[in-house]
Amino acid sequence: MLGRKAKEAVAFTLFRGCALLVVLALAVILGYILTGGLERMSVEFLTGMPRRANTQGGILPAIVGTFYLMLIVLAISVPIGVMAAIYLVEYEQSSWMGRVFRLAVYNLAGVPSIVYGLLGLGIFVAYLGFGFSLLSAGLTLSIMTLPLMISSAREAIAAVPGAVREASYALGATKWQTIRHHVLPYALPGIFTGIILSVSRAAGETAPLMLTGVAMSLQRLPDNLFDSFMALPYHVFYMATQSSDLQATRPIQYATALVLLLLVLGMNLFAIVLRKRYRDKYRW
Amino acid sequence: MAPRTTFNYEMEGLQKEITEMANASRAAFEKAVRMITDGDLSLREEVRALDRHVYELNEQIDEHCLDIIALHSPVASDLRLISACLKMVEDLNRFGRYATDIAELIDDFEEGKAFKRFESLRSMSCLVVGMVDDAVYSFLQRDAEKASHLHERDDAVDSLYDTIFREILTYMMEDPRKITVGIDLILVARYMERVADHACNIGEYVYHMVTGERLDPKLRTGAGERPPRGIFEHPNPRTELDLK
Amino acid sequence: MTIAIHTDDLHVYFDRNHALKGVGMDIEMNQVTAIIGPSGCGKSTFLRCINRMNDLIPGCVVKGRVMVNGQDVNADEVDVVDVRRRIGMVFQKPNPFPKSIYENVAYGPRLHGVLEGANGKMRRRKHAKAELDAIVERSLRRAALWDEVKDRLDKSGTSLSGGQQQRLCIARTLAVDPEIILFDEPCSALDPIATAKIEDLLVDLKEDYTVVIVTHNMQQAARISDRTAFFYLGELIEMGETKQIFERPQKELTEQYITGRMG
Repeated sequence: MLGRKAKEAVAFTLFRGCALLVVLALAVILGYILTGGLERMSVEFLTGMPRRANTQGGILPAIVGTFYLMLIVLAISVPIGVMAAIYLVEYEQSSWMGRVFRLAVYNLAGVPSIVYGLLGLGIFVAYLGFGFSLLSAGLTLSIMTLPLMISSAREAIAAVPGAVREASYALGATKWQTIRHHVLPYALPGIFTGIILSVSRAAGETAPLMLTGVAMSLQRLPDNLFDSFMALPYHVFYMATQSSDLQATRPIQYATALVLLLLVLGMNLFAIVLRKRYRDKYRW
Repeated sequence: MAPRTTFNYEMEGLQKEITEMANASRAAFEKAVRMITDGDLSLREEVRALDRHVYELNEQIDEHCLDIIALHSPVASDLRLISACLKMVEDLNRFGRYATDIAELIDDFEEGKAFKRFESLRSMSCLVVGMVDDAVYSFLQRDAEKASHLHERDDAVDSLYDTIFREILTYMMEDPRKITVGIDLILVARYMERVADHACNIGEYVYHMVTGERLDPKLRTGAGERPPRGIFEHPNPRTELDLK
Repeated sequence: MTIAIHTDDLHVYFDRNHALKGVGMDIEMNQVTAIIGPSGCGKSTFLRCINRMNDLIPGCVVKGRVMVNGQDVNADEVDVVDVRRRIGMVFQKPNPFPKSIYENVAYGPRLHGVLEGANGKMRRRKHAKAELDAIVERSLRRAALWDEVKDRLDKSGTSLSGGQQQRLCIARTLAVDPEIILFDEPCSALDPIATAKIEDLLVDLKEDYTVVIVTHNMQQAARISDRTAFFYLGELIEMGETKQIFERPQKELTEQYITGRMG
């Protein structure tokens, strides 16, 4: 029978192996996409319009479209999410209403993205008359992101030690003053993490876009919120399934995916930097 | 199990020691007086032995009290007990000391004959032995009431001493050959008067230990105050001294 | 001998738990009053009634009167924010804000501004920087911390040692110029030397403030307080001069507790 030390070594190796697997998976994805798409990457690709039914030219509208979408999601889900999270933590801790709210958020997070798409189609596109536009897609994505945003913001806020709140109250601060001067600033690192997670997810969603009006190919950039738009994830899908010559456009698919990945990773990096800066400012 | 086991153990040990010392010094004094009333000179060695024991216990208890104070921070009744112990050991020591002194003096008597002639001396010794008893018992039984009445008898003892002094003076003046004996007798009376004072002290300590209040200092002087009547009536008069 | 705090038949309930039962006591001005008792006897609950910190606990009901300088702190017209400014609190575990030392002390004054005016028309305005600097220095000096931190006021409050952090919390409380300061077991997380420094500080503070300290360390209560109150199972059992409590307690329960024979 294996001795204690041997058993530990086996377990350890197993755990390390699993962790390595994860890293491996990421490496494979990156590698695959890099090798597949690097050849097509060029300044023209990134800044030009698509030509010849997407088989040539660039994907600027898609990049810009995804970018605008993320902006909309940020603008809507961050304030609403953070404020809802503050409310949940600070104001309705144990009453039945608080419980109902929390339940609603959890359940909302489990709704499939295609259902959100239908929701967007029904409410924003049709009922409110926004049509197939950036606004409809953006709103849909925002609602989809909201539960995740609220959950992580809520955790970040709840993680602020009660002792700090008590100290603030004992000095004669009101609840709102305490939140504004202490709870929110100290929860910022966690909130940023939440933003990263949420917006990254929103950037890569395809199903809601399909139902709220993403275009296959546009020759121009969107002028306003009600305009039609392209988006990177949908572009990858479209190129991989619908384009006229799958073989030829393969590099374009990979390149688009690469751009999307880089965009998301870039955002992650930016938010990590921000998080670190705030963490240093309020060192526990 | 009660908390503070070490502390409780130490306090119980202290109680045992102080009880032992109180009984030993009481016994020493009683035996010394008995030597005089019954002329039993054989008791002298016992008195000496008891005195030595008392002296050792004095040091032991002193040390023990300081240890408890340093290590256990006693408060309230524990603190008052220790305060009483620290002070009492000195007075108990004196009981033993005076007992030995009296025992030494008996050598020079013609077998206590002279002593028997002086009734006042005899009643004084009864009274003082009673006071010593009461002092010790009031401590053992934590009886503040008993302790507070010791003062009354001290005044009686003091006036008895004056009486005896005059008596013996007359005795010595009658016959100069009796001077040596007379002086010894006066010394014995003096020692007993001192023992009574120490018994009173113990009464004060016991009173404070039990109630936390100090006994009224006015009682101490006794000046201008006549001892209450019937003071020679000891509540439990002893016809013979029972020595335990 | 003025009474700073007076409670009358004070009851506190946490949901169904009757935590304080009819507590009535007087706390004198400019004295150190210690509250002792076994765990869970209600001492901290009582303390928190004084500056209405129990309001923050959901399900807590307070009945009875708590009068501070003649005013009922639970009255409807009383502003709880003002109550908490005038009655400061220092907690068991030092909890400085993770901001700079300067910011820690300046937070309170910044919050409340300066009340000034004449002829009955009072106005609140913000402190000028120089005023804040003066307040910070004065508070840190009073808390016996100035010399140790004066050249690193911009360092984080959490970079200090435990004892220093606690003194920082005290300075922070002093900065809003309270009348009464409540201490909830302030030294239980500190080593003996830090504890001794804070005990000295407490005795010094009573000159200008009324100090109430909850402690489970009886020797500490005996060392620094003028009056001591003994709580047991939510009731006030005995209260009196510290000397009297520790040399001649009147109640059997008190005697049992302080000689360690309870439990």
